[in-house]
Amino acid sequence: MRDFYGVTLDSPLMLGTAQYPSPAVMEAAFRASGASVATVSLRRETGGGQAFWQIIKGLGLHVLPNTAGCYSAREAVTTARMAREVFETNWIKLEVIGHADTLQPDPFGLLEAAETLAAEGFQVFPYTTEDQVLAQRLVDAGCRVLMPWGAPIGSGLGLNNRYGLRMLRAAFPDIPMVVDAGLGLPSHAADAMEMGFDAVLLNTAVAQADDPVAMATAFGLAARAGRMAHGAGPMAPRDMAVPSTPVIGKAWL
Amino acid sequence: MRIEVNGEARDIAATTLADALAELGWGGAKVATALNGAFVPATARAAQPLRDGDRIEVLAPMQGG
Repeated sequence: MRDFYGVTLDSPLMLGTAQYPSPAVMEAAFRASGASVATVSLRRETGGGQAFWQIIKGLGLHVLPNTAGCYSAREAVTTARMAREVFETNWIKLEVIGHADTLQPDPFGLLEAAETLAAEGFQVFPYTTEDQVLAQRLVDAGCRVLMPWGAPIGSGLGLNNRYGLRMLRAAFPDIPMVVDAGLGLPSHAADAMEMGFDAVLLNTAVAQADDPVAMATAFGLAARAGRMAHGAGPMAPRDMAVPSTPVIGKAWL
Repeated sequence: MRIEVNGEARDIAATTLADALAELGWGGAKVATALNGAFVPATARAAQPLRDGDRIEVLAPMQGG
């Protein structure tokens, strides 16, 4: 199991805390999923924040604050500093958004913010694309985890660019990688894990399911199954059939 | 003086950020603060003066993906 800034996770599932029908369903979904990490955010205090924090603390998981909704490096850096104080962790899921429709990362702002935060001792989990050049720049900036997207946030499309993700995985064998965003089905999570990614991060697919607790369970199982399958060394696919039953000894009828 | 708190105009008597938080009911709350767009650590709030027209953000843990 890979090391995320010195932390070994029991489960390769990281789960978001937003959009559940109720706090009770969220809590049940987390427990059912076996997730090891909960993502959270910071927003203007309107009264619910303190109670929410008590629930999250009660889950006893690793907390990964995000900079969701930030469109500039400056905003993201300030949000990260505020999050570090409130959540008492150096972990930060760094999001610098470049476009409102696709919610795709702004690679330039992302790199700028990552450099600043890494220099301040943050342990940055950058929400990035499958772009290898950007990935290298992020590693050079001090990122020791990469979080390439599967597909646009909330789209549920799965692994939009399997080739790009496979190439990225192969290019950085020593960097822990989390496929973050766009997963819609447990099979997408299993697929990412079978490809050798170290974890998956999702939210909407569970929170917006008709039965979030059942879907959380399914994602937890799929992520673990995918990880186990990758570790087991999958067979190489081939175009022609090969009989699995022995040919030798077949009766001459 | 009149300041802006989380986007809303508020009249306060306090003259430091720490006192303003207490006056606004966030004395013991788990919140992070920013003044005019820059982070102010909790340990620096008591020494942070406020001026008329200042913009403060008071952020709390919230659901996120």
